[in-house]
Amino acid sequence: MGRTLAEKILQRHTDETITGAGQIARCKVSLVLANDITAPLAIKSFRAMGATKVFDRDRVALVMDHFTPNKDIDSAEQVRGVREFAAEMGVTRYFEGGDCGVEHALLPELGLVGPGDVVVGADSHTCTYGGLGAFATGMGSTDIAAAMAMGETWFKVPPTIRVDIEGTMPLWLSAKDLVLKTIGETGVSGALYKALEFGGPVVDAMDAESRMTIANMAIEAGGKVGLFPVDTVALDFAKAHGHAGCAPLAADADAVYERRIRIDVTTMSPQVACPHLPDNVKPVEEVKDVVIHQSVIGSCTNGRISDLRAAAEVLRGRKAAKGVRLIVLPATPRIWRQAMDEGLFTVFLDAGAVIGPPTCGPCLGGHMGILAKGERSIATTNRNFKGRMGSLESEVYLSSPAVAAASAVAGRIIHPQDL
Amino acid sequence: MKFTGKAHTMGAHIDTDAIIPARFLVTTDTAELGKNCMEGLEPGWIAKVRPGDIFVADENFGCGSSREHAPLAILGAGVKVVVAHSFARIFYRNGFNMGLTLVEIGDAVKDIKDGDQLEVDTTAGVIRNLTTGKEIVCQPVPPSMQEILDAGGLVPFVKKRIGAGA
Repeated sequence: MGRTLAEKILQRHTDETITGAGQIARCKVSLVLANDITAPLAIKSFRAMGATKVFDRDRVALVMDHFTPNKDIDSAEQVRGVREFAAEMGVTRYFEGGDCGVEHALLPELGLVGPGDVVVGADSHTCTYGGLGAFATGMGSTDIAAAMAMGETWFKVPPTIRVDIEGTMPLWLSAKDLVLKTIGETGVSGALYKALEFGGPVVDAMDAESRMTIANMAIEAGGKVGLFPVDTVALDFAKAHGHAGCAPLAADADAVYERRIRIDVTTMSPQVACPHLPDNVKPVEEVKDVVIHQSVIGSCTNGRISDLRAAAEVLRGRKAAKGVRLIVLPATPRIWRQAMDEGLFTVFLDAGAVIGPPTCGPCLGGHMGILAKGERSIATTNRNFKGRMGSLESEVYLSSPAVAAASAVAGRIIHPQDL
Repeated sequence: MKFTGKAHTMGAHIDTDAIIPARFLVTTDTAELGKNCMEGLEPGWIAKVRPGDIFVADENFGCGSSREHAPLAILGAGVKVVVAHSFARIFYRNGFNMGLTLVEIGDAVKDIKDGDQLEVDTTAGVIRNLTTGKEIVCQPVPPSMQEILDAGGLVPFVKKRIGAGA
């Protein structure tokens, strides 16, 4: 019987024979991750378990990205605790300040995660690395503490929903639109406990950054992982970023899927997820003229260089509308420098944007772009839960970088082609 | 294990930002988190909850972030058990790890009204609605999960298993 990608990757990390969905398997992990919000709890649990050293000081990543630069005394104290722990354990992958970027942009860029890996992170968007063909999933801090101590964890082998993306990509359509469309199809709980596996001609032709954008939001469908095949795109990305020793990997043609979804992109419009759930997805035409007060371009979903280029393309020679705060947050220092070197910052500054440091910041209502009562933001982030970006009486619309940029210019939600 | 308490009902897709908004994630203290539990659902909502009360939610409870602060906040508010149509995956694992009992009952959740007095028997796999007299049969908590709960969560469970020094 054929195997899914999820089953194949897990098999490479366990001595047990993976026989199919529902089986509980103990697997070795390639990398364990926590951030400035979740690491403090993980460390507390780690110590309480009686653990005295991490399983491998090169394979524990601690990324201080959420409230960075530390927004207040309490967050600074949390980071201080993690910094001291990293020093005590000799953790080599501790990132803070100028080394630090949004974790799910940073770790692939540094080649610390890659094709065929099993990665667990105390962050729900750990699933991003599925874009490179890694079985990567979010867990809570205590599960992560146990994995930090033992270098392994247990998984229930998930059933898989296969998503085939076909057709010809129209102008202005991007990976974000495809994942929003997918979540619109499945609903926010449609992939609960399950793997999403993406394939089809559009996926085959898609670059690694776009794949990570899609995999990133698998959790918004309830999914455990969002997986892409390890093909030349993934292998080239891994090689370019110094992640060695990867081999091609694809689902078997006769793999068993719980459900198949087909998406044809040929006539698709850019998609927008409306308040207050990521599955409340509509074509941009149906929400046009919704007035916005803020536009955020960044995050682990859409803060990579290709996203900034897409936004700059729309913003070039244009200005954000009066009353709209346009916030651009390149996701890592390397992306920041590249955007600067390419002249994108001139475009953003001319458009009236605030260019911030690499941080998760406003995505989770942390800092650097919090919404007041009655305010509305369009954002390239991943969640639009009630109160996510600030006041319980504020609203977040999720979109692609191009739509977020165009909407900043118009002062209302708009299709870039209609600017 | 048996829990008796008053039901506090809520809707579907209650996310972790509703359970404990990010601005409160600057502490790992359970009691402190408990004070701000459900502050993202409705400010002050938790004031009506008494220790021993029971949360009852529709599908996909706990969706969103992996923050373990969410089950901790619920425990900090004195709630020991959540009954739901279904739970989001990461939250489900976190709940048991933190020693919070989670019971999935599907559509039967609609038979529980806000304020009903419930007796949740996780060993027998039955929820008795003491207000209406109705009984809801559910899956007992799996023995492997019950072991973690009996130990008081994953930390004491692992500690007991491996002794000091993992």
